[in-house]
Amino acid sequence: MSATPAPAHQRATAESPVARIVLIGVALAFLGLFLLLPLIAVFAEGLQRGIGPFLDAIVEPDALSAIRLTLTVAAISVPLNIVFGIAAAWAITKFDFPGKGLLITLIDLPFSVSPVVAGLMYILLFGSSGWFASVLADQDMQIVFAVPGIVLATIFVTFPFVARELIPLMQEQGRDDEEAALSLGASGWQTFWHVTLPNIRWGLLYGVLLCNARAMGEFGAVSVVSGHIRGETNTMPLHVEILYNEYNFVAAFAVASLLAGLALVTLVLKSVLEWRFDYHRGGTGH
Amino acid sequence: MTATGASLGSTAIEGKLRSPARPYGKKRSIMPGFGITFGFTIFYLCLIVLVPLSAVFVRSAGLGPAHFVDVGFSARAMASYRLSFGAAAAAAAVNSVFGLLIAWVLVRYEFPGRRLVSAMVDLPFALPTAVAGIALTAIYAPNGWLGQYLEPLGMKVAYTPLGVVVALVFVGLPFVVRSVEPVLADLGHDVEEAAASLGAGRVDTFTRVILPAIGPALLTGFALAFARGVGEYGSVIFIAGNMPFVSEVSPLLIVTQLEQYDYAGATAIASVMLVASFALLLVINLIQIWSRKRMAA
Repeated sequence: MSATPAPAHQRATAESPVARIVLIGVALAFLGLFLLLPLIAVFAEGLQRGIGPFLDAIVEPDALSAIRLTLTVAAISVPLNIVFGIAAAWAITKFDFPGKGLLITLIDLPFSVSPVVAGLMYILLFGSSGWFASVLADQDMQIVFAVPGIVLATIFVTFPFVARELIPLMQEQGRDDEEAALSLGASGWQTFWHVTLPNIRWGLLYGVLLCNARAMGEFGAVSVVSGHIRGETNTMPLHVEILYNEYNFVAAFAVASLLAGLALVTLVLKSVLEWRFDYHRGGTGH
Repeated sequence: MTATGASLGSTAIEGKLRSPARPYGKKRSIMPGFGITFGFTIFYLCLIVLVPLSAVFVRSAGLGPAHFVDVGFSARAMASYRLSFGAAAAAAAVNSVFGLLIAWVLVRYEFPGRRLVSAMVDLPFALPTAVAGIALTAIYAPNGWLGQYLEPLGMKVAYTPLGVVVALVFVGLPFVVRSVEPVLADLGHDVEEAAASLGAGRVDTFTRVILPAIGPALLTGFALAFARGVGEYGSVIFIAGNMPFVSEVSPLLIVTQLEQYDYAGATAIASVMLVASFALLLVINLIQIWSRKRMAA
């Protein structure tokens, strides 16, 4: 037996060391099996024939155009949802009006809609037999099976991220800071830029981070409206699917590795926000 | 202007704090920007969410009741609902057990790498679903990393309904952990000490003191994971096998019907799923109201 002095008696509200180790072990085994192993599998499968084929799959023209489209779509949809998130949070937390609870529920709604149904909605509106089909035909415009449809679907699935991060945060901070600035003669914009924005910056960054990860990784909604035209309307996740279905596994996992890398960067930045800046989110999951 | 019962709940407190010299609603707030921010919020909400969603219901209503039931509740559609809802429930149940365990370990114990593990839990939120789908398939396919060992034991995971459950366990896990974690952290040691001093063992204390206290949070986590699982597509289609009547989830059936230009079928199934998700959303909100009341009591 070891010489370390054992406590006189175990605390009544703690588990025995053996139970502790077993519980930690089971939790880690579950996480290893269900989360870590798939993550490792992505990189390992992508690199199974070495670094050459891995890089070839990434710099190939169709892959590059998929990367470009994914970045473009995120660059349009994320800023729009930032503007919306700030506007919604400002209206909801700085003013009183009836039906606020309903409005918050409606903002959260896209999280409970299946991505496939989200894609379908836009087909019903803008598809060849959709509500706006004749208007679009007159204008010679295409929305679904083209980039605008992909942007719309992405905006829908990432719609609540920024707003739901900011609403509880700004609710907690109240209106005193802004009211003080305004009563000292600051304009509305000055108040927002110099008082509100510094107060909410970490929460905003947190929401943007999650919004961006989802925007770049969305598959179901985008898949329905994209039309899968190689080199034109394929985002990275769709490109992964096509390669996989062609049994081009190394290339599929190589492109998937880029997306997994994005996920890891997102997790690291999110953790930095949580630890370094002590920013804790209020909500429960997404 | 009176605060409705549905409003955030802060209005009651503010009403008390407001000085009598400025009765509620008599004086306009000095805060600027209500018109533009509220207007933009409503406009954007209608444009992106409400009008498109209503298109699904209006189109479904246009089918007429008989046709709607025919395509929305066909044998193939019913089989897909059974799989989507059944697998989502099974996965949410698995996640409730292991999610609670993981939350417990993260909140209560110190061990090396705890922060890293905590960050890992959010991986399913950050990893694109299609990537998760092909990775899980690489692991559980008959010749896959684990599949090759499971196959001789008679366990087929990929290309069966079990594969759907595995994929939904992956996407749903963080919902349970992140729902339970804050409640578990807030739970004071005093109730447990009281239970222990009255002679309860750890297992007794857990099932009769801790579990009831975190019950609403666990239920919320279950409902969130379940709701996500019902509509999940990307992580499922690679591992499911997608056999009609056997391993075809409802979102996939919608996609299949769209590809065959069967808009009626796709729309009817979509509205059934939407009604189910709204019902779930209502349940989640009710659980949260219930738990807030319990907290206040």
